[in-house]
Amino acid sequence: MRWTEPVARVDERRRLAVTQITGCPILATYLFLWLGWGTILCNPAPSLAQAPQPPHYTVVLDAAHGGDDTGGHSGNWAEKDTTLALSVRLRSLLAARGIAVVTTREANTNIDPVHRDELANHANAQACISLHASLSGTGVHLFTSSLPPAQPARIQPWRTAQAPFINRSLSLAGVLNSALQHAGLHVILGRTSMPVVDSMACPAIAIEMSPEGVPGGSDHTAVDSLNDADYQARVAEAIAAAIVEWRSPASGTGAQQP
Amino acid sequence: MIPRYQTVLFVLLLAASVIMTVLLWRQLDRAHQHMLEGQSSAPTQAPLVAPAESATLMVASDADGSLQPRVLSLPLPSLDANPGARARAILGRLLDLYAAGDSAHPVPGGAASIEQVYLLPEPANDSSPSNSGPGATSNKNAPNGSQLAVVNLSGSFAASHPSGIETETLTVLSICATLHANLPRVGSVRFLVDGQQHDTLAGHADLTRTYLTSQAVPVEGVTP
Repeated sequence: MRWTEPVARVDERRRLAVTQITGCPILATYLFLWLGWGTILCNPAPSLAQAPQPPHYTVVLDAAHGGDDTGGHSGNWAEKDTTLALSVRLRSLLAARGIAVVTTREANTNIDPVHRDELANHANAQACISLHASLSGTGVHLFTSSLPPAQPARIQPWRTAQAPFINRSLSLAGVLNSALQHAGLHVILGRTSMPVVDSMACPAIAIEMSPEGVPGGSDHTAVDSLNDADYQARVAEAIAAAIVEWRSPASGTGAQQP
Repeated sequence: MIPRYQTVLFVLLLAASVIMTVLLWRQLDRAHQHMLEGQSSAPTQAPLVAPAESATLMVASDADGSLQPRVLSLPLPSLDANPGARARAILGRLLDLYAAGDSAHPVPGGAASIEQVYLLPEPANDSSPSNSGPGATSNKNAPNGSQLAVVNLSGSFAASHPSGIETETLTVLSICATLHANLPRVGSVRFLVDGQQHDTLAGHADLTRTYLTSQAVPVEGVTP
């Protein structure tokens, strides 16, 4: 009896270490001789002894333009600055809700559209949001790709990578539309053809923030509206709420689909 | 030692090459100027002596992101004699509306922004890989005899177009929908800027793809 207890303990350690191999193969193999350490250094992988965990939920935020590419501009205002400010604000809100966020840029740098899509597609994200701003129109514009829906294929052309995700992108647009309208914002839904969105292999939406209020105002009024911290905060809060809703399995929105 | 006659021959050939290069360059420049003169002398609007006909313009509105049909009576070139000029005149009128002060979709430029409209037989449908990319999207449902319209926009129009997804998309879709409303055989549309392929209109809307007129439906407008 005195020897059986240590043997059982070693068996338990060995079983735990083996379960780590799927999640952290190199480290777990290296530490196989030092049983038990793997449970500290590696994230636990699903095993029979553990309850299955939900898939990692990641959102990609793409602040459009940057660097030499100012996007829309008028006077001292540039679209690239508003998109970055909105991205930073949204990233904080999502991180506070426990959502992993991948951003395509964190500073005033010009990122190639292909590189933006590479970042988004490697993130294996459940939602990809391309953020834009414009002095034209009013409210918030939600655009999904105008590509026709397609069945997932083993090899998908880069320029139509969005096609298998169209239906889920439309569902995401619906959730965003509800949240933004709930926040009292004017919303316009549409379809468009944009290279960055068309090449995203994830449910993707281009969100364009336009001035709040009556259309046809001067550029000065429109710039003031886009720079308004309260307006930006309301838009970001509504988007964050929609993404949380999109994550919820009960919403049946498609975020949980493979 | 190089013989004298070979040296003389080499110098003569070299001189001839230089002269031919200069002449070729000047002829190329002259042809380019001639093309530009012909372009600027082409009518941007239909002559007033032409009989007035009704044309349906799909007019965009930034306020609700919609396209609304507006029927106008315009003097237009004959559809049979010069369909390209007719399409150009109709699109020119559309852009004149956008350039007006009270436009719901303000875009500067006006009729002069449409440099040419070419109407070509739509490429034959096939399933070869070379015809399946989005940049070469073929209208697989197009009936026989359908046409591809190539709209050549001026560089100044693209440079001065307001930047934004909604405004650029509405401009592109309204051009496609207007062409389809007045020239039903036009099944697809491609855009050029100053005769060259351009990535986007003003930073957002893709101009490298072929737009199908059947898909240029009014953008759904949702109001709270």
